[in-house]
Amino acid sequence: MLEAVDVSKSFIHHQALSEVNITVKEGEIFGLLGPNGAGKTTLIRIINQITAPDTGTVTINREKLRPEHIQIIGYLPEERGLYKKMTVGEQALYLARLKGLSVSEAKAQVKYWFDRFDIQSWWNKKVEELSKGMAQKIQFITTVIHQPKLIILDEPFSGFDPINAAVIRKEIMHLKDNGATIMLSTHNMGSVEEICDSFALINKSKKVLGGNVMEVKRDFAPNAYDITLRNNNALSLPEFATELQAEATKEGFYSKRIKLQDGHSLNALLQTILPQAEIISATEVLPSMNDIFIDVVNKNA
Amino acid sequence: MGKIGLIIQREYFSRVKKKSFIIMTLLGPLLMAGVFAGAIYFSLSESGPQNIVVVDKSPLQLTNGLFKEKEGYTFIYTEKDISDEEFEASDYTLMLYLPENIIKTNQGAIYYKEAPSFIVKSYLKDQMENILEDYKLELNEISPETYAHINTNFNFSARDIHKKEKDTYHQELAIVGFVFAFLIYMFVFMYGVQVMRGVIEEKTNRIVEVLISSVKPFQLMMGKIVGIALVGLTQFFMWIILTLVLTTVAQVALIGDQFDPEMMQQQMSQQAVQEMMNEEGPSEDLVAIFDLIERVNFPLMIGMFIFYFLGGYLLYAALFAAVGAAVDNETDTQQFMLPITIPLIFALLVGEFAITNPEGPAAFWFSMVPLTSPIVMMLRVAVGFDAASMWQLILSMALLVGGFLGATWLAAKIYRVGILMYGKKVTYKELWKWVKYH
Repeated sequence: MLEAVDVSKSFIHHQALSEVNITVKEGEIFGLLGPNGAGKTTLIRIINQITAPDTGTVTINREKLRPEHIQIIGYLPEERGLYKKMTVGEQALYLARLKGLSVSEAKAQVKYWFDRFDIQSWWNKKVEELSKGMAQKIQFITTVIHQPKLIILDEPFSGFDPINAAVIRKEIMHLKDNGATIMLSTHNMGSVEEICDSFALINKSKKVLGGNVMEVKRDFAPNAYDITLRNNNALSLPEFATELQAEATKEGFYSKRIKLQDGHSLNALLQTILPQAEIISATEVLPSMNDIFIDVVNKNA
Repeated sequence: MGKIGLIIQREYFSRVKKKSFIIMTLLGPLLMAGVFAGAIYFSLSESGPQNIVVVDKSPLQLTNGLFKEKEGYTFIYTEKDISDEEFEASDYTLMLYLPENIIKTNQGAIYYKEAPSFIVKSYLKDQMENILEDYKLELNEISPETYAHINTNFNFSARDIHKKEKDTYHQELAIVGFVFAFLIYMFVFMYGVQVMRGVIEEKTNRIVEVLISSVKPFQLMMGKIVGIALVGLTQFFMWIILTLVLTTVAQVALIGDQFDPEMMQQQMSQQAVQEMMNEEGPSEDLVAIFDLIERVNFPLMIGMFIFYFLGGYLLYAALFAAVGAAVDNETDTQQFMLPITIPLIFALLVGEFAITNPEGPAAFWFSMVPLTSPIVMMLRVAVGFDAASMWQLILSMALLVGGFLGATWLAAKIYRVGILMYGKKVTYKELWKWVKYH
């Protein structure tokens, strides 16, 4: 769906992106991660044709970016706002028409979304009368009003209260189910694990990691396992295994985290434990995206 | 409709629907008409019927019974002094005191309770002049016919040898031009600042990035500039129409006649001119004014006004838009506003000086420079061009078009970078980098 190849961009005072490559597949939710100032917004602005890359190319459906592509993109910028003095309805219609909808299409779409969010009564309110959360809903609606195939959300959860964040998350999943491709930038790792299929991690203008979320997690797996035992037996472990921690579980069992040296498998470990204790369960310890994020960013620092 | 059309539409209607715009549009001509009417009313109005006592101390009582009675004027003659207290207690509204040696000094005095109007004073003055002249003619045994023959009123017509026309009235016409120039100054400034405010509003609202993901920054900037220009033109035309309506209504109401207003206007002015002519004295000025108004080529002036307003506005509005994009809020605008307002104010000053010499070198040069030409050239247009210097007008217009294209190009570069730049105090050096930035 979307591909950026060797994209570089420098501003007057600093390098914002250097040779960044990303691939977003049709119908997936793609997370663009990175600390503040890493270059996420610059990449997003390039995709939205707000700025042009110095070198490199961006393609949508294998076509180089053209002005017409704007019609199929819905963009919610990080710095987002509305005209304070305009009424909610007028504003939604205006933004929809700027996206290329005809008057009747715009009206129908605005009505659909206002019904969906149950906010028809806001139509004649001025934006300055709305609460921040209400304004954010309007901003989200105006982003997706023209039924874009590619939805780009820059820090969509920043500034949302938990209830609105949940509403937006639900809508994002709904849009995905309807076939839209979604790209979102965030430094909130929790949301990536919950909703993203794949991601790219950008740090200091460079892409340092990327791919399918599950695969990367597996790559970063420390080859450690949580073994739950019925009784608190003292285990004599083989030399390739080290007990990291032990704790009682809520269910009244005892859990031990055991790390294995490279090249050794869980099977081998279990074989040594089986004669010693009754095993309830064994699960692989997977790193959270947050751990990976901190790990990679620190290594790069 | 294209996207730029949508932007123009929004900018236009969101402003035209504002209460402040409607109030200004309605009140503008009322205020102007009010000021003019007030000025005319207070200078010309009669202060009610005048009961005038003439205290004539001259040995021969030479004014006795000689003042022409007229509606609203009654004259009582006496040779007795009247004290201030007596005057205060009496019915007299005015006391004309003529000293003994009036024939030598030609100097009297009036005492009043309420200041007499200009018309009353000039009536008394005219009457006294007639009475004294008649007396002196008789004294010197000169017939009124002879006197009429001798009495001379010298006038000359001014003529520029480069021009065919007889009376040029350059300076007077330049004043008319200055009024138009001032309007341009006002409009450019008022609506230029609105453009700047609009840009700052979009920036501080943070809606600008949403917009430029749908339209190009240049479209957004030009849409705003053009939309606000249309607001300005709407206001200008509304003022013209309302002023015409108001003057017509006022005339009909004042005269209470059902004549066709245009006819009335002609009659009015002819009557007024004739009336003034009969009286001499200050009336000559009025005749000159009517003559001058006839000389002003209003269709040309309004046409040129629209051209120079649009040209000047587009040039300055682009610069104002750039300033709006470069700052985060209105309080930061001062340092960039200064270089824009200085040429505007300077142009107005040059215009003021150029009234005395509308064809001097200063007027010439500053009517060519695009930053000042919209204001200075209006003066010169009012004075008029002959065929030989027509090229100056054409050159000035061409330079202005070039000027606003250049300013728009420059502004677009700054605007494009500036609207996405937050929280940074921008310097001129920085702005220059933005312009050079590809």
